[in-house]
Amino acid sequence: MDNLTEQFVELIRRAATDLPSDVEGALREARDREAPGSAAEGALNTILENVAIARDHATPICQDTGVPIFTVYVPGCPETAGPSSDAAHVSTLSLRDQIEAAVAEATERAYLRPNAVDPVTGRNSGNNLGDGFPTVHFEEWDEDYLKVDLLLKGGGSENVSTQVKLPHAPLDAGRDLDGVRKVVLDAVYQAQGKGCAPAVLGIAIGADRGTGYVHAKEQLFRPLADTNPQAELAELENRLLRECNQLDIGPMGFGGKTTVFGVKIGAYHRLPACYFVSIAYMCWACRRASMAVRGEEVSFQ
Amino acid sequence: MSAIDLTVPISEEAVRSLHVGDTVQLSGVIVTGRDAAHKYMVETFIRPSADGGQGAPIVPESERELYQELKRLLSEGAIYHCGPVVRRLPPHEGESEGGWQFVAAGPTTSIREEVYEPDVIEHFGLRGVIGKGGMGPHTLRACQEHGAVYLHAVGGAASLIADAVQEVVAVHKKEAFGVPEAFWVIRVKDFPLVVTMDTHGESIHDQVEGASKAALDRLMGV
Repeated sequence: MDNLTEQFVELIRRAATDLPSDVEGALREARDREAPGSAAEGALNTILENVAIARDHATPICQDTGVPIFTVYVPGCPETAGPSSDAAHVSTLSLRDQIEAAVAEATERAYLRPNAVDPVTGRNSGNNLGDGFPTVHFEEWDEDYLKVDLLLKGGGSENVSTQVKLPHAPLDAGRDLDGVRKVVLDAVYQAQGKGCAPAVLGIAIGADRGTGYVHAKEQLFRPLADTNPQAELAELENRLLRECNQLDIGPMGFGGKTTVFGVKIGAYHRLPACYFVSIAYMCWACRRASMAVRGEEVSFQ
Repeated sequence: MSAIDLTVPISEEAVRSLHVGDTVQLSGVIVTGRDAAHKYMVETFIRPSADGGQGAPIVPESERELYQELKRLLSEGAIYHCGPVVRRLPPHEGESEGGWQFVAAGPTTSIREEVYEPDVIEHFGLRGVIGKGGMGPHTLRACQEHGAVYLHAVGGAASLIADAVQEVVAVHKKEAFGVPEAFWVIRVKDFPLVVTMDTHGESIHDQVEGASKAALDRLMGV
């Protein structure tokens, strides 16, 4: 397909206004666990009502539509992608132009809030376009179709996201998975309700600082119900989910049983000298959407 | 638990009868203001003065009209930490441009305004500060001293709250601050809120933080 601008606008609309069903289901289960009449239950009821309104009206779930973060998986060269693949000739420069046009159009249609602020002059560009804004990553992959992931992550949850290097003496956190556990628990404690709990945690261990944060955000694309293929990490994910909810911070920090409803951990090889734990704290409005382009056919997820 | 109806202007008596945990439905005209607005209010209206902070502020000529308007709106009123998504409405007959509509309008994190809020509460006579995440000891003290409460909106509930905004009355500083940071004067009806900091020195945020610290220490093996 030559021009995907309109499809990118649709991808943005879906991400901004239609919460993924596994996330909504988890919030419903969380609501059912809270004490009847509690502030926590009230907050989750409001959240669920809001999700339904946003979907019906095609208006943003949350007004902070964040930095739109696109990850574009481009099919490989014809030899690896197969001779029939016309997506093999995709120009990443052209795709970036189309994504930027779609972001401006989605802002015009009020799916996105104008969020791009020049840090030097303080001026808001008004259309979500600016230097490094939106974020677009390109990666070549083995599949023979084009896939685009979009994450909308607001400033509140971005501000409580953090990166810690191990060992971390204040928490007695060493360079092992128990050290990882400690810094994650502390990050959730520090965030209290400020990142719009209940949260999904995308965590990367290892890597360099920059890659660590990128990989942490990639974890947020994993379905809530999946199981980490690496047994040690699967065990740590389960343990952290259980322990984070023993902090009783609860929805919005009102106190309550659900503080976190997903923990997803990725691991990249690290330098001998470095052991980073990168924590992408995602608010309850875990706005992720994907689209796949196979020839003329475009599908959304 | 039925919600308490609160209408702007809010009396000191009404605000002092509220307690943390109370659910409130707010109606009336309120004003949005966040980072740029708070910095502006404090630096332009509150802190500068002829005798270095003691006397009445010297407000530049160009800002006086807005100052009077904010004093009128915020006295016994409420400020809302919010950067909305807005849409232009089509113009009425005979008008060159249409008004505005709120499309999504959840709260932003309030703690960033902690350095400014006590001054704003005192200077303008605010009764309500609306936001999310709670605020710190300076704001809590100002709430006690001057008769104000912190009202917690549900973070991210942007479409639902936009539905409670019946009318955009006016907007100030839109060009200078940008859409998210402008002062939007809005009429709300039954805006759902929870009192999380009251005039009696209580803060749900302090309570939850204290309890979660004890739980954290246990999990850390301290």
